Amino acid sequence: MIKFSKEQLKIPEMSRPVYLVTVGESEFRRAFPHKRTEELCVDAMQMAAELIDMSPAELKRYIHTCYYGHFADHFGDQLLGESVIHDRLGLDPLGNIGVKTGGATGGSTMWEAVKAVASGYSDCALALGWERMDEVPTDEGNHLISCAADKDWETPLGHIYTGYYAVMAQKYWQVFGKSEDSFRRTMAEIAVKNHGYACYNPFAQAPMKITVEDVLKSPVVAYPLRALDCCLMSVGASCCIVADEKTARKMTDKPLRIYVGAGSHTLRPADRRDMDIPLLPNETPSQYKDLGERFPGGDRYPGFTGFLAARMAAYYAYGMAGVTDPCEDLDMVELHDAFTISDIQTYEDIGIRPYGEGRDYVESGDCYHTNPNTGKPGRLPANLSGGLIGCMHAVGATGLMQISECALHIWNKHAEIHGDPKRWKAYGKKKPKDWQDLTVRNCKRTLAISHAGVGSHVTATILVDPDHLLKKSGKKKKKASSKRKGGKK
Amino acid sequence: MAVAKKKTTKKKNTAGKVVKRGTVKVVKDKYVPSGSFHVAIPNTPIFDEKGKLCGVTNPRDMTYMHSYGGEAPFFDALAKGVLLGTKCVNPDCEFKGSIYLPYRIHCPDCLSKMKKVTLTGLVKKTARVHTFMITERTGAFNTLKKPIKFINIEFDGVCTILMSYLSVGEPEIGMRVVPIFRTKNPTYTITDLSWVPLGTPKSKLPAGFTF
Ligand SMILES: [Zn+2]
Repeated sequence: MIKFSKEQLKIPEMSRPVYLVTVGESEFRRAFPHKRTEELCVDAMQMAAELIDMSPAELKRYIHTCYYGHFADHFGDQLLGESVIHDRLGLDPLGNIGVKTGGATGGSTMWEAVKAVASGYSDCALALGWERMDEVPTDEGNHLISCAADKDWETPLGHIYTGYYAVMAQKYWQVFGKSEDSFRRTMAEIAVKNHGYACYNPFAQAPMKITVEDVLKSPVVAYPLRALDCCLMSVGASCCIVADEKTARKMTDKPLRIYVGAGSHTLRPADRRDMDIPLLPNETPSQYKDLGERFPGGDRYPGFTGFLAARMAAYYAYGMAGVTDPCEDLDMVELHDAFTISDIQTYEDIGIRPYGEGRDYVESGDCYHTNPNTGKPGRLPANLSGGLIGCMHAVGATGLMQISECALHIWNKHAEIHGDPKRWKAYGKKKPKDWQDLTVRNCKRTLAISHAGVGSHVTATILVDPDHLLKKSGKKKKKASSKRKGGKK
Repeated sequence: MAVAKKKTTKKKNTAGKVVKRGTVKVVKDKYVPSGSFHVAIPNTPIFDEKGKLCGVTNPRDMTYMHSYGGEAPFFDALAKGVLLGTKCVNPDCEFKGSIYLPYRIHCPDCLSKMKKVTLTGLVKKTARVHTFMITERTGAFNTLKKPIKFINIEFDGVCTILMSYLSVGEPEIGMRVVPIFRTKNPTYTITDLSWVPLGTPKSKLPAGFTF
């Protein structure tokens, strides 16, 4: 679809408000030869119970339906793996269902659980996600991942999914990055930042203190992408539990309002037709008129440089929560940094910066916990968990880990969870002597973006401290606008 | 003295050996496979360095039978050196006249069945590299020569951008390319279509490919 009807642009409405009650995460690693998947899921559930001072049995008593995010069945040679986990968590005979949307699986699982509560079907629902990619050799794993592309038109071309995204990276690099060394260094800074933040996260798989030079010297994966520009391949689990207001208040003192929007775009980037740029609330119809002049080759939208699915997910979620400017209204974000360059693309898709200017979010220092240019708190810190580059990408769990990390900031529990020496010890790690508290002070609103590969599915999850809502009901209508670009043939 | 001839049968341990795979025909609208379609290989235990049991290997080796359905004409035509696309000809469609490559059966807007169109001539005249990527990394089962030079190709009058690979030279954005086809021993997959820079002589084409 390249034109939308009014009906399709409707800001999603929920029959009643939904609240995030608690969250949990397991440790994340490249491989767990000594652990079954359900052991990791139980770890996440135990953390979720502890966080609200309940026993797992007490917590389970509230759960009415279960949504399980697990993308790659074929990695485990086990269909209905969701049923195995559901049984091992002792949640039979409750209704449960599996959710699969590639890299966005975690976010989509949240989307489903939220709708179950919003509709009134359930008063409390579990969203739990995991992935296990350590049970096949890497080249076979690459083949299995490439099956998420079109199996007739793409998979036979190398059986390598990263190649199908890498062509988009190349286009963005040449058109909007203008192949500049300074842009290449900005990309590298994202890897330095995210591996660096992972050093203070006991759950994280890849804590590293590295420099821009280290990133630029790491092996080329697909030029301009190098090994340190790429996300991790991980094993682990995360969960989020949502409820209606009455139930949420019984379970905890501080439930958070939660809104989820979702978008999609063709599985094959090949099929993406040229269209007008749908605008976010902080954009104006005139601002993209000369995009193709400022960035020659950048006049085809979304072409191979933007992710329409991310834009639509943000459009719906911003409308639901009342966000009119992400940099003004939000206090921190967890973005899907599958690659440093896709991270920059996302800044533009979700309106943190206009199209063509994503790099400024990094260069201005806004994306840091502490702005390196000013020494003051970053305007909108991103991926303090370490993100997919430093913390993990256990596909079905990733989107839920992001939401979990966001919530810990609003609850002011970030330091308590991340700084607990017992947790570091339990994972066989030593809490670093220079451990830093990355809590975002007075954090009231957060955003998490969960994204599939070349952008086939994207969800945007917004958490809001209920004392700091941007709008009371979800019923205020927003006008959707779209503009014609200039310089089009 | 007569001896009973001992029949020598080779032990059938197929691990690591190339096994001749079965073939499939369709007869009366049913798949009829013949020959070997999977190989059963025993599992082995996985221990850690201290000798503690962690798990087992589960070898799996099988062959799928996949229908191209309504896209079959596209893959069949590649073997004949013809590139097919489709066009929406529904007069009521808001986007009628749109031409698609990748070949798609139904219009994404009106869902009417589209018309087959031969694009070989058009793409020879207008194909340009929209973006590209060179990669040494491939997944298991890859059959393309490394490094793979992925190219995404735009054409005048076609509303989509086709993904394929360049067989000769180095890709660049904006570069003019022409299609080549594996007309000798075709695989009937998308790898039967490749591209070379405009002006490449016939002698430079990879084995089995023609213009
Ligand atoms: Zn049509």
